[in-house]
Amino acid sequence: MAAKPKIIVVGGGLGGLWAAMRIAEKGIPVDIFSLFPVKRSHSCCAQGGINAVLDVKGENDSIWQHIVDTIKGGDYLSDQPPIRNLCEEAPAVIRTFDRMGVTFSRTPEGIMDQRLFGGVKNRRTAFAGGTTGQQLLYAADEQVRAHEAAGKVTKHENWDFLSLVLDDQGVCRGITAMDMGNMQIHAFRADAVIVATGGLALIYGRSTMSSNSTGAPAARVYQQGAKFANAEFIQFHPTGMPGHDKNRLMSEACRGEGGRIWVPKKAGDVRDPLDIPEEERFYFLEEWYPAYGNTVPRDVASRAICRAVRHMGLGIGGKDLVYLDLTHQPREFLETRLGGILEMYRTFFGEDPCETPMKIFPSTHYSMGGIWVDFEKDEQTGGMARVSPKNHATSIPGLYACGECDFAYHGANRLGANSLLSASFSGMVAGDAAVARVKGMGKSGKELPESTLENERKRQEDGNKSIMSSDGRENPFALHRELGDLMREHVFVERDNAGIDKALNGIGELKQRARKVSLDDRASWANQSLSWARQVQDMIMLAEVIAKSARMRDECRGSHYKAEFELKLPEGKFEGDPEYDEYKAKWKANNEKWLKHTIVTHTDDGPRIEYKPVDISVLPPEKPRDYR
Amino acid sequence: MAEKKVIHFKIKRQNGPTGAPYWEEFKMDYAPNHNVVSALMYLREHPVNVDGKKIEPVVWDSNCMEEVCGACSMIINDVPRQACAALIDDLEQPIVLEPLTKFPLIRDLMVDRQKMFDALLKIKAWVPMDGSWDIHRHAPLIAAGEQSVRYLFSRCMTCGCCMEACPQFHQDSAFIGPAPLGQVKMHNSHPTGKYANEDRLHAIMGDGGLTDCGNAQNCVKVCPKDIPLTDAIAQLGRQTTMQWLRDMFVK
Repeated sequence: MAAKPKIIVVGGGLGGLWAAMRIAEKGIPVDIFSLFPVKRSHSCCAQGGINAVLDVKGENDSIWQHIVDTIKGGDYLSDQPPIRNLCEEAPAVIRTFDRMGVTFSRTPEGIMDQRLFGGVKNRRTAFAGGTTGQQLLYAADEQVRAHEAAGKVTKHENWDFLSLVLDDQGVCRGITAMDMGNMQIHAFRADAVIVATGGLALIYGRSTMSSNSTGAPAARVYQQGAKFANAEFIQFHPTGMPGHDKNRLMSEACRGEGGRIWVPKKAGDVRDPLDIPEEERFYFLEEWYPAYGNTVPRDVASRAICRAVRHMGLGIGGKDLVYLDLTHQPREFLETRLGGILEMYRTFFGEDPCETPMKIFPSTHYSMGGIWVDFEKDEQTGGMARVSPKNHATSIPGLYACGECDFAYHGANRLGANSLLSASFSGMVAGDAAVARVKGMGKSGKELPESTLENERKRQEDGNKSIMSSDGRENPFALHRELGDLMREHVFVERDNAGIDKALNGIGELKQRARKVSLDDRASWANQSLSWARQVQDMIMLAEVIAKSARMRDECRGSHYKAEFELKLPEGKFEGDPEYDEYKAKWKANNEKWLKHTIVTHTDDGPRIEYKPVDISVLPPEKPRDYR
Repeated sequence: MAEKKVIHFKIKRQNGPTGAPYWEEFKMDYAPNHNVVSALMYLREHPVNVDGKKIEPVVWDSNCMEEVCGACSMIINDVPRQACAALIDDLEQPIVLEPLTKFPLIRDLMVDRQKMFDALLKIKAWVPMDGSWDIHRHAPLIAAGEQSVRYLFSRCMTCGCCMEACPQFHQDSAFIGPAPLGQVKMHNSHPTGKYANEDRLHAIMGDGGLTDCGNAQNCVKVCPKDIPLTDAIAQLGRQTTMQWLRDMFVK
């Protein structure tokens, strides 16, 4: 360790800011690198809330129930000891946010209000109006700014993280990054590095995510040896509002307040929706799922919409669109119950949902998978030992990951309002772990030679030069669009192996083409095209990881669905019925085979896939999920 | 034959902080539901100007595209606003895009708003805390009404539209500008945040502080989040007067 230890945090969303805060509190200097001012990070887009058992509603909610909901919601595909800590410490996280001054919504008594969210029976979600993520992000940003004022934190905003600096033992000793002003690449030393670089949904082209959520930084550390896990698990939100730039999220609440989903019965019907008479409309959710109708769970709704549009060809105007119709409800009712939500539709689509049916389609929303991270088990409590350099450590020594870019906590599917919690909590844990590592290193480590830093810097600079001087024909923005189209076509809500094979072939071609880009911008100042071209190359690498992981997993679990391998719950049959017992036996056998983490290692020949057991010691799966 | 419907842009460009500004026009096929960001994305992929000449793609800033991150501020038909929420169908054509003028220009439509973050540092825009560890207690209770007033201000996304519209704030003035003042008000109203009121008030009491506000009230008119900035400024007027008196007599 150098005389003065230093830690680098890449990414300044909720995870990165929490990590930075923890490190600064321990008196260790921390440098934050971010592609944009940290206050503009994607955490600000989370609307709904953050889960923590405060039991302010007299419902006897319990931390154990939060643990159970999180594990079951994730279809058991997450290491359970860290989930125990996540849920146990959630109230403490909320208390700290409260002390930071977050404008949490209040009850008439002045205490923090909590509301109900999907997949849960009790009111467990704290919220700040409809902008909870923004409020939490700003509070963390403010505390980090206080540390900045005290000289403990240095921000490098508008810097593009390019790579890790690894020593001859493969230990992470720093990073390289590009100044997005003068496009110069520099290398920076660090005794530990934390990546908190967010989600990857832009691999699907348009998604509900911010334009910088490309997954490129995660792809970069993956290509340098960090293992990637459970990449096939991507959450799709059923009611996205497709736009040219992104798919904005239309809240679940619309379906809850009587919204009906339909398509014209006649394929390619171009009439104004209000001119289509009732008998010529196909309310497919109501017809296929009479018990729940329009309020079926997210994954069921997403698959049904895909079936109506892609299998039956009934999308509006032949496109990937269906109607979400509220026009039968009185305007006053809608304004009271859904005011802000409908306002968003008006702002971005210029149409009034009280008058015109909204157009929606499932959209890529969140990545449960990510960079594989470790944890130290506490054998006494069965949870994670809280102070250990192993927690949130990636497979590269000295490199940590937290927030959406890691693979922990959410298994095969994420519960609503658990992501702000996991981003904050994992940032805290990763920060503590990096401190433990740096403190534990003492002065034993040998100084990293300047040449190692310079070699990595040079390697990245050569990468830039080859892109800038390339006289190929490929436009990186068009390549990204093609990648998104491919992924949305074949590795989406419903998957089948023939389709995924097509995606893999397409990705292989894109990989080749991405090496032959031609930049329309050759400037050496604020060149966004250069940065984007590099990111697209990395997104293609990660798309391959997602597709290959999905190809190999022949089962249905959480968000990953292949009809061919679906185990259907026998209708009307319960424990004791022979049909149910047979189903249960199949379910157990399937778990034997597939209740395993997909672990991906980068090789020159493409992703190498292995499987690793899941730590299910807290709540072993005894019974299939059954929301009946 | 009817003329093909197009989206027509006139964009003020500049290659870098020291370059000379120039105007460039673009036309693209009309499609419904475009906003300024989505149209710029299209032009980035097809960077050809109105003369059919291939040009360097326009550089701009955006991130969330749902009007919560504050990145994509620019002047659109003379009004500073968020480009992602500026629908093409609502805009008169040719749509004129210009960078914010009150901040150092980086390139084309991208500016450097570091000055706003520096201001947050100067006014100590945070609730002082011993640390992020759990002390097993919540913050003091806050009435729902008080919370909803604070919430208006906590949605400030540092986008800079109010700063652009303010006649007193510009590159050569010391005035801290409306957005940071709103944050002083917000933090001063928090039950423990107010323990540092004196520091925040002192930070806005000298040169470039509150008294530089000329009361033009442009800030509230352009704020994309309808934050009552002038209310904050009025309240801070009273708070700073009280502080001035305390400084005079309570030593």
